[in-house]
Amino acid sequence: MSALSLLPARRPVPGVFVALTLTLAIGWLVVLLDGGQLFNQSTTVSLLHVAAGLGLVAVGQTLVILGGSLDLSVAYVISLSTLVAAETMNGSDGAVLPAIGLVLAVSAGIGLFNGLLVTKLRVNAFIATLGVGLLLKGYLDNGYDGPAGTTAPSLVQSLGYQRVGPVPVSFLLLVAVTAAAWFALSRTRFGHHLIAVGGDPEVARLSGVRNDRVLVTAHMLCSMCAGLAGIYLASRLGSGAPRVGTEGLYDLESIAAVVIGGTALAGGRGGVVGTVGGVLLLASIDAIFNQLEVDAFFKQVIRGAIIIAAVAVYARRAMRKAA
Amino acid sequence: MSDPRPVPLLTLRGIGKSFLGVRVLDGVDLDVAPGEVHAVVGENGAGKSTLMKIVSGGYTPDEGTVEFAGEPRTFRGPRDAQRAGVGIIHQEFNLLPERTVAENVYLGHEPVRRGLVDRRGMLDRTRQLLASIGETALPADARVGQLGVAQQQVVEIAKALALDARLLIMDEPTAALADHEVELLYGLVRRLQERGIGLLYVSHRLAEVFDLSGRITVLKDGRRVTTVDTADATADELVRHMVGRELSSYYPDRADADDPGPVRLSVRDAGNRKLRGVSLELRAGQVLGIGGLQGSGRSALARALFGVSPFSTGEVTLAGKPVRLRSPRAAMRAGIAYVTEDRKAEGIVPRQSVLDNALLASRAVFAARSGHAARTERVRELLAAVEVRAAGDDQEIRFLSGGNQQKVVLARWLALNPRILLFDEPTRGIDVGAKSAIHNLIRRLAQDGAAVLMISSDLPELLGMSDRIVVMRDGRIAGELPAGATEEDVMALAVGTVREAAA
Repeated sequence: MSALSLLPARRPVPGVFVALTLTLAIGWLVVLLDGGQLFNQSTTVSLLHVAAGLGLVAVGQTLVILGGSLDLSVAYVISLSTLVAAETMNGSDGAVLPAIGLVLAVSAGIGLFNGLLVTKLRVNAFIATLGVGLLLKGYLDNGYDGPAGTTAPSLVQSLGYQRVGPVPVSFLLLVAVTAAAWFALSRTRFGHHLIAVGGDPEVARLSGVRNDRVLVTAHMLCSMCAGLAGIYLASRLGSGAPRVGTEGLYDLESIAAVVIGGTALAGGRGGVVGTVGGVLLLASIDAIFNQLEVDAFFKQVIRGAIIIAAVAVYARRAMRKAA
Repeated sequence: MSDPRPVPLLTLRGIGKSFLGVRVLDGVDLDVAPGEVHAVVGENGAGKSTLMKIVSGGYTPDEGTVEFAGEPRTFRGPRDAQRAGVGIIHQEFNLLPERTVAENVYLGHEPVRRGLVDRRGMLDRTRQLLASIGETALPADARVGQLGVAQQQVVEIAKALALDARLLIMDEPTAALADHEVELLYGLVRRLQERGIGLLYVSHRLAEVFDLSGRITVLKDGRRVTTVDTADATADELVRHMVGRELSSYYPDRADADDPGPVRLSVRDAGNRKLRGVSLELRAGQVLGIGGLQGSGRSALARALFGVSPFSTGEVTLAGKPVRLRSPRAAMRAGIAYVTEDRKAEGIVPRQSVLDNALLASRAVFAARSGHAARTERVRELLAAVEVRAAGDDQEIRFLSGGNQQKVVLARWLALNPRILLFDEPTRGIDVGAKSAIHNLIRRLAQDGAAVLMISSDLPELLGMSDRIVVMRDGRIAGELPAGATEEDVMALAVGTVREAAA
């Protein structure tokens, strides 16, 4: 009974925010030396736009990863969602709400399918969601060669481009979704059970948690988040785009953001706030390199290095904790 | 025997259970009254765990009845038993280290207000629960992973109580505790008793059974031998009940005790995280038996000698020369072989062929290019020599019987010409016929000059095979016995009713 063990559990500030602050500080300095300005209106706005799109997906991804699962189909769900949204609206402001409803219903259906594959058929989440993603890819590749449909102008104006000061409405949407997810994780039974299932499925089961139901719900929420990201992208692009999800690497980038944000890839530990930190970090690096006009390939190298470094830091920390 | 016992909380009558045709429980009767601590003792494999799993809903009995709180019950699973009021504290805790005490205690039935988890209420109720068992020092909002083992055990107990457990099963509750923590557990058990909770207390350690229990039931080979009032029982009597079997099977002749071979390996005052002050000698031509209860450090000893979790203190000499065995590879190069206890997880590669399994160690140790054909040929000969029965050398090993798998593992090691062989439960899960084949092989290896160390929980095997027996307890050597020792001698050392040879 050491004194240390009597301290109440503090939820530590994820290290990602320290990394984010450092990155922004260094980036600001380097861009300044280069003769630019990192925090001018247009870079800030575009940074937050990038963060909004990736963030919506990553918050959903956080839920499934916390539960010990994973979703690789999100990129295709995003592409599909842009098309469903744009084609349903077909340029008409009156069809915005039905379109949003339809997107959420379709994506929830895909999430349900993912969840059932993972829980009832016991297919490994990696394989199951990859397979579902490929199914969607087949549909998209077969039906679409390029942009299709037209997003309603009112949605383009509001969600796509409207701002409150330097903050885009889309980023506010991300803040709202993050807050809802945070609330669900800390204040609902679902959240407690999800983290328990990810932490140790056997412990959860023996404590009376209905593991399958919890995981299926998480998968549905994850897909719906991807659907929201699709609606946002459709409002940015003005139409449906059959490859926007995969070209944006939303599947792997969302997982990277979750991991950088301190959520354990095996589940059971972490949260959405850290994920948003991870998203902002990735978006900041993007912004800085764009300002410096760094080669795109080199940018990828740096991103890869950051992801590996983040995971290594967390692994070391876990090791220290175990010792 | 004076006061009439209250209505029992739990009554078991004629409980029987078989696995794959092997009877592990047979006609067991047992009852627990509210506020009673009923201890269940017995050797490894006596059926204690199976019985506890039946009470807590892990298994359903093949025969007999379970009555709980006066009603016949068939628990369909652990949750069913929990809801009825049966809690179980396993040796390995069912807790989430990343979550707080309160989150763990109320996992699965979090208190809710207006549809949301009432975090403050959950903390308050956890604090009350902890206070009611006298654990005011344990903060309800601490992360469980930060807590010590004893505190985690308290959390487990609180978790059971939060579900209104009326019967609590404790399976070797002190196994993971340090000495001063055991005292705390005693206090806790007494407070639970005062609340009228019935306790089934499974333990190897007779001292604590005498300290805590009101009655003791002894199990042996799946049967209830006796149930005694603790006040009337003596340790010697219990040990006699726990063992005392006929030495029925045949064992090969022992080595000549008057003509011991040279010392092949000696360990002096060695220790690591699980072992302390271990000293022993392995001699050529002899089988040294290692006795003791599960968790007493027997496997830790073999793993230390084989370099899996090496000794951190003390000294090991091989044929007179000091050595450091820092990895299994180093141990293999030094001529040591290790046949592991858990054959499925550590002994075989299930989906590879018999031949690949037998070649595993040779391929790992020798350079890839040279002598490949000769080695394969030798392994084939060895497989024939140990009489492996398989459809062919290319059959996947998982389709073989346990005994034949073990022979393949043995052939794997013999291909390296080991001078020292470590066997951990060499005949566990192996049928009787193959057992004696393994026994004969072990003896023949010793006769050919190898030094053998054999860990066994099977007392007749330990007594029948060993030229000397070292008994372990709590990571130390409790004593050494010559050939011809009795089961009582071994058990007495293993459970600690006699003073250690070297204190």
